[in-house]
Amino acid sequence: MVASPAAVLRLPKLGLPAETWKPRRVPSSTPRTPVLADDAMVVAALRRGDEAIFTTLVNTYSTPLLRLAQDFVRTRAVAEEVVQETWLAVLNGIDRFEGRSSFKTWLYRILVNKAKTRGVREARTVPFSALAPEGEDPAVPEDRFRGPDDQWPGHWASPPRALDTVPEHRLLAGEARERITQALAKLPESQRVVVTLRDVAGWGSEEVCEALGLSEGNQRVLLHRGRAKLRAAFERYLEEE
Amino acid sequence: MATPEKTDLTCNELVELVTDYLEGALPTRDRLDFERHLVWCSWCRDYLDHVRTTIELTGKAKDVEPPSPLREQLLDAFRDWKRTRE
Repeated sequence: MVASPAAVLRLPKLGLPAETWKPRRVPSSTPRTPVLADDAMVVAALRRGDEAIFTTLVNTYSTPLLRLAQDFVRTRAVAEEVVQETWLAVLNGIDRFEGRSSFKTWLYRILVNKAKTRGVREARTVPFSALAPEGEDPAVPEDRFRGPDDQWPGHWASPPRALDTVPEHRLLAGEARERITQALAKLPESQRVVVTLRDVAGWGSEEVCEALGLSEGNQRVLLHRGRAKLRAAFERYLEEE
Repeated sequence: MATPEKTDLTCNELVELVTDYLEGALPTRDRLDFERHLVWCSWCRDYLDHVRTTIELTGKAKDVEPPSPLREQLLDAFRDWKRTRE
C-alpha cells in the first residue's frame, strides 16, 4: 500500500484545523453488557443484591482483573485470591461508594491495593521502575515512511487508512474490542499494566505513577509504546476485510 | 504555503510525539509544530484518529469470561453477602 508520488503532491490539501477536528465517535452500545453503561444503575443494583448484575460484572471484569493481579503476585492461585478479595471488598464497600470516580476506576483501585499488599507479603514487589523503557521501539515501523533519499524523507510511504472509509459495522463489532484486548494481553508487563490502568481502568497519570513508583516521563513512554502496539493491532484488524 | 518545509516535523517524528501531545506534555513550541503538521497532513490526522479510536476501544475491552470455578465461588460469596443484608 505505497502511495504514489501523485498522492504526495496532493498531500498539502488543507484539512480541518486541529482544534476543530474531532475523532470519530464510536457509539457506546455494547450488546452483551448494556447494563454496565450506567454506573449509578450498577451501584443501585448491587446495593439491592441483584445477582444478575453481579454476574455480569464478574464475567466482564474478572479476566482483566486476574491478568493485572498476576503482574503483582507470584502465582495464578494467589492472583485468583486477590480477585476474590476484590469482589468481596466491592460488595462490602458498595454502600460507601460515592461515585467520585467511575465504578471501574474504583474497582481497579481496590484490586491494585490488594494485589500490592499480597505482592509485598510474598516478596514479589514488581520493580516497575526497574522495567523502565529502554532502547528503540518505534511506534510505527520505519519502512512505513519514506527514506532519506526521497523528496519527502520521513513522511508516510504507506499511510494509515482513513477511518471514514471503514464501514461503521467494522468499528462497532465486538471483534475490534476483542482484538485490542488480545493485543493488550500480549504487551510487555510494564506496558500492559500502565495501559490497563490508564485506558481500561481510567486512572489519571499521577495515580498510575504513584501506584507503580514510576516517573511521569517513564509512565508516558510505557503508555506510548503500549498504545502504539494496540493501534497496530487495530490497524491489522482494519486491513483484514 | 501548506507544503512541508525542511524544518517541519516529519510524519515519522510526529507519530512518536502523539502520546506526549494527548497527555498535554509537549512544550508549547513542539505542540504548535505538531498542530501545524496536522493542518496540512491528512495522513497524520488519520493516524491520530486511529490512536484515539484505539484508546476508546481499549476502554471497552472485551475479554473472555473467567473460569467457572472462580465464577461459582464468587456467586456463592455474593449469596452469603446478600443473606447478611437481609
